Amino acid sequence: MTTGAARGRRSIVVITAGLGVPSSTRLLADRLAAATERHLTDAGIESRIEVVELRDHGQELVNHLLTGFSAPTLQAVIDQVVGADGLIAVTPIFNASYSGLFKLFFDVLERDGLAGKPTLVAATGGTARHSLAIDHALRPLFAYLNAGVVATGVYAAAEDWGASGVPADAGLVARIDRAASELAAAIAARQGRPAQDPFADPVPFDELLRADPPAG
Amino acid sequence: MQFGVFSVGDVTHDPTTGRAPTEHERIEAMVAIALRAEAVGLDVFASGEHHNPPFVPSSPTTMLGYIAAKTERLIVSTATTLITTNDPVKIAEDYAMLQHLADGRVDLMMGRGNTGPVYPWFGFDIRNGIALAYEHYNLLHRLWREDVVDWDGKLRTPLTGFTAVPRPLDGVPPFVWHGSIRSPEIAEQAAYYGDGFFHNNIFWPADHVRRMVELYRRRWEHHGHGPAHTAIVGLGGQVFMRPNSQDAIREFRPYFDHAPVYGGGPSLEDYMEQTPLTVGSPQQVIDRTLGFRDIVGDYQRQLFLVDHAGLPLPAVLEQLDMLGELVVPVLRREFAKGRHAGVPNAPVHPRVAARREGSGGAVPDDDSAAGHPTAASPAAGAVVGARA
Repeated sequence: MTTGAARGRRSIVVITAGLGVPSSTRLLADRLAAATERHLTDAGIESRIEVVELRDHGQELVNHLLTGFSAPTLQAVIDQVVGADGLIAVTPIFNASYSGLFKLFFDVLERDGLAGKPTLVAATGGTARHSLAIDHALRPLFAYLNAGVVATGVYAAAEDWGASGVPADAGLVARIDRAASELAAAIAARQGRPAQDPFADPVPFDELLRADPPAG
Repeated sequence: MQFGVFSVGDVTHDPTTGRAPTEHERIEAMVAIALRAEAVGLDVFASGEHHNPPFVPSSPTTMLGYIAAKTERLIVSTATTLITTNDPVKIAEDYAMLQHLADGRVDLMMGRGNTGPVYPWFGFDIRNGIALAYEHYNLLHRLWREDVVDWDGKLRTPLTGFTAVPRPLDGVPPFVWHGSIRSPEIAEQAAYYGDGFFHNNIFWPADHVRRMVELYRRRWEHHGHGPAHTAIVGLGGQVFMRPNSQDAIREFRPYFDHAPVYGGGPSLEDYMEQTPLTVGSPQQVIDRTLGFRDIVGDYQRQLFLVDHAGLPLPAVLEQLDMLGELVVPVLRREFAKGRHAGVPNAPVHPRVAARREGSGGAVPDDDSAAGHPTAASPAAGAVVGARA
């Protein structure tokens, strides 16, 4: 199995936890995806965007938590995310943090599934007063998962979608563009690495038996 | 091929009555299930091992010894023995003793357990789960094969000049299966020793089972035990039957909906589609079980889980009756058809094999048992025993 990088074409998965149809979370996700694609195209790199609405998998996510395995449709999404060259993760902010639906997905993702993966985090909310949730809630989550989160996170409050009198370099559009350019650069710089399959290539028993126990 | 039942030993309230059995009732029910398994012609009863409520079987050899005394043909086994938190010295002693008392009708399945606090309760660190499984089993394997053992490891106090008594019956250690749902390291371990590999096949889609068994078979061949198709594979399964499949669904649904392991999650229908759970007629169970061979190849042992989620004992015993009368005879016949000529049967103690041959072929496997070479384990330099 090769990643998109090895084929010259990069895959980007967009995870959005918006609830409404349409939702402002999805709106922000689409803008981020389009901007990232544009920056990659400018760099001469072809990309493919897959958008996943977590709402479509809500029941399956709960079922995974309760039974320990994924329904085939959810497993396909997990495989897509694990195999992607880049991730855009967008959630509405509920009660000062990401939504429960958003967290569920990352709770059932296999360990190391995001390790080193270029990731852009973004959120939406009713007012700008929740914007620090990006840094207080989303960044620690993705730091724990060892994702390569780009420097700029994008928060869009309701007012951002129609703000007047904001300088062109400070508005939502500018923030989207800056974050997307950072993600595109991280994706472009990333070397494709072959996926590790413990079933294809098990650690030989002698080696495992000789190894020091993890907890001395 | 061997057929049997395995029990988790959970004390779960019956959702249709709200009543849970007492521990005493549950323990007696497990014994009743084992005795019925022999009475209806099944080959194996395996008990879980747990050290916390709501489970009762903390002391498997006590229970299995009692069952062995009350049966004549049944193989008593475990599902699983906690190789991580039990002292391998005590496992060696307990199961060798059981082997003598049961006249060879004993094997074991090793597992790591899935209850985090059990590790600290027994003085271990869960982060060493795999390391404990490896080191403890390595010692157990030697204790059963070497009369005097000098041993020095990382996770247990050293042994110098130690002899585990009693020695295995006739010098043949109990056959060991290694059970794991998702750890490739355990499939590798089973393959290394030339032991059996068991997948519980209950909480997991077919593709995961296939990948684990494929790995085990490939590594079995790699470690020099013979071609991949000669590896020793066991599977679990979970069934509830009524003559009419709609009756089975209707009766089982409340138990499914409230079961501790999947209640509140997927629908019974989705779960049946995504896992090997089969709720329906005996014919549906036959068809589904025969399909397992398409996933893992010809295999040696099929155990069914029939007594969990608060099902009352009479309903469980009816499941055993249907297994013995309607399902297993057909499975024995159908699995024998098209079976690869070189596929061995599950290893048993030579005394068990001899009794079966002496009984004049009452057990359908008997004629295929003769003539198969026993698997010698290069790790052990010891012969496992006859296959029957």
